[in-house]
Amino acid sequence: MTPAISFPRLTLVELRKMVDTRAGFWLQLTTAVLTLAVVILFCVFGETQDLIFRDMFALAILPASILLPIIGILLVSSEWSQRTALITFTLVPKRMRVMGAKIAAGVVLGAIVVVLALVTAVLAIAIVDGAWTMGPKVFLQMCVLLVTALLSGIAFGAAFLNSAVAVVLYFALPLVFGIAGAIPFMDSVADWIDTTRTTTPMTEGVATGAEWARFWVSMGVWMALPLAIGLYRIARGEIRAS
Amino acid sequence: MVSDVSFRCEPGTVTGFLGPNGAGKTTTMRMLVGLSAPDGGHSRVLERDYHDIPNPGRHVGVLLDAAAQHPGRTGREALTISAQLMGVPTSRVDELLTLVGLDRSAAKKRVRQYSLGMRQRLGLATALLGDPQVLILDEPANGLDPEGIRWMRGLLRDFADRGGTVLLSSHLLSEVEAVADRLLIIGGGEIKADGTRDELLSGSGVLVRATDPRELENALHSAGLTATPADGGYIVEADAETVGRAALTGGVVLTHLAPTESAGLEALFFELTETPA
Repeated sequence: MTPAISFPRLTLVELRKMVDTRAGFWLQLTTAVLTLAVVILFCVFGETQDLIFRDMFALAILPASILLPIIGILLVSSEWSQRTALITFTLVPKRMRVMGAKIAAGVVLGAIVVVLALVTAVLAIAIVDGAWTMGPKVFLQMCVLLVTALLSGIAFGAAFLNSAVAVVLYFALPLVFGIAGAIPFMDSVADWIDTTRTTTPMTEGVATGAEWARFWVSMGVWMALPLAIGLYRIARGEIRAS
Repeated sequence: MVSDVSFRCEPGTVTGFLGPNGAGKTTTMRMLVGLSAPDGGHSRVLERDYHDIPNPGRHVGVLLDAAAQHPGRTGREALTISAQLMGVPTSRVDELLTLVGLDRSAAKKRVRQYSLGMRQRLGLATALLGDPQVLILDEPANGLDPEGIRWMRGLLRDFADRGGTVLLSSHLLSEVEAVADRLLIIGGGEIKADGTRDELLSGSGVLVRATDPRELENALHSAGLTATPADGGYIVEADAETVGRAALTGGVVLTHLAPTESAGLEALFFELTETPA
């Protein structure tokens, strides 16, 4: 019998699916244009003392970390919403292999974005002659933020298996939780779950142990939990189109 | 819901899976390819559990729903994705586009703009892409024009004649009758009939007429056959040879001896799949 294609090749197919639809293409183009726009605006209007490499990189990676999780959501949910799951899972019946490739593709996309953002930030700092301040730890923290955001997207797509619902809830749920944090008795809970609070220290300097702990707890809620629910649904359930 | 559905498809044959909408054809096919899990029983494709075929696209061509394509991809892109998942060279994509009659401009269009017939052709192209030995096709003729249906029949006949195994479903008898070697009729989640066209028809008896009806009735009676008067003769629940021999023994001159055309395959199909009120 003919052997299955290798995992790296399966991952490449998933990467291809991220860009070969209209939605995917425009989303990535919008992200690229937006990134260039904010970097240029920052170079033109930013205060000289703000023009440091670390902040420039954080800015260059920001549009991607907000918008590209949608690519992650669609990579999973569109298989159901557009019913391509019927083809995907008859060609690759080992469902977790497909899901593994989607997660790997998310990580690869994150790496590509990091490289592009780095190049953009280097060029920008060179042009405006800014300061080359960036610790390796902070750089790593920002990379972790981006990759976890992309994986959260994949997790939401898997948990809801419906593009519209997953996209709306991906943005609405953390927002609702952030607002709920304003209620006094929710305040201490929000320190551990509200992603706005848990991710801020990661971009501002070297995070402490407690800050890392809060970050991972919030990622448990917004990334690991939906991913676990999604993988369970996909592994056990019938492959049905929504 | 299906229960107790057992059948086997042999290489070199086309099996027509017939039944009204909602009879369980799709469910059965989904279980065959592992998209749904049965509560009990098992299915094998090429003597294996479908999940244990490492690269199923190269052995089993599947078309379950022609509408199940991303509308934002072009026809060529949809095929390219499938080709990569199977590990077949991209040149196969062009071969298949030509084979199913999707020309250059059609291949460049997004699937959103496709008619159902074009999606059906794209689905067949996906199924045939990996040069499989088995084809499992759910309602492949849906949306095809008469010319398209004839083309598909030729394609499937040729595929089976080269040793392939085809299972195709339809709710329309006329679509299947002309191409299937064997018919499998499902109704209400159960297999109602399973056999070649002739076998199924012979089950409904023969119509026999003779120059002397009274003598014929006697002859049939002495041969132990039940004869029901109809249409200037008798309908007998037996095959033509048995009736012929009974007539010979009784010295009766027959004027007509043939399967009961009045029943016909269509009547049989409706009769077998009808749900009791």
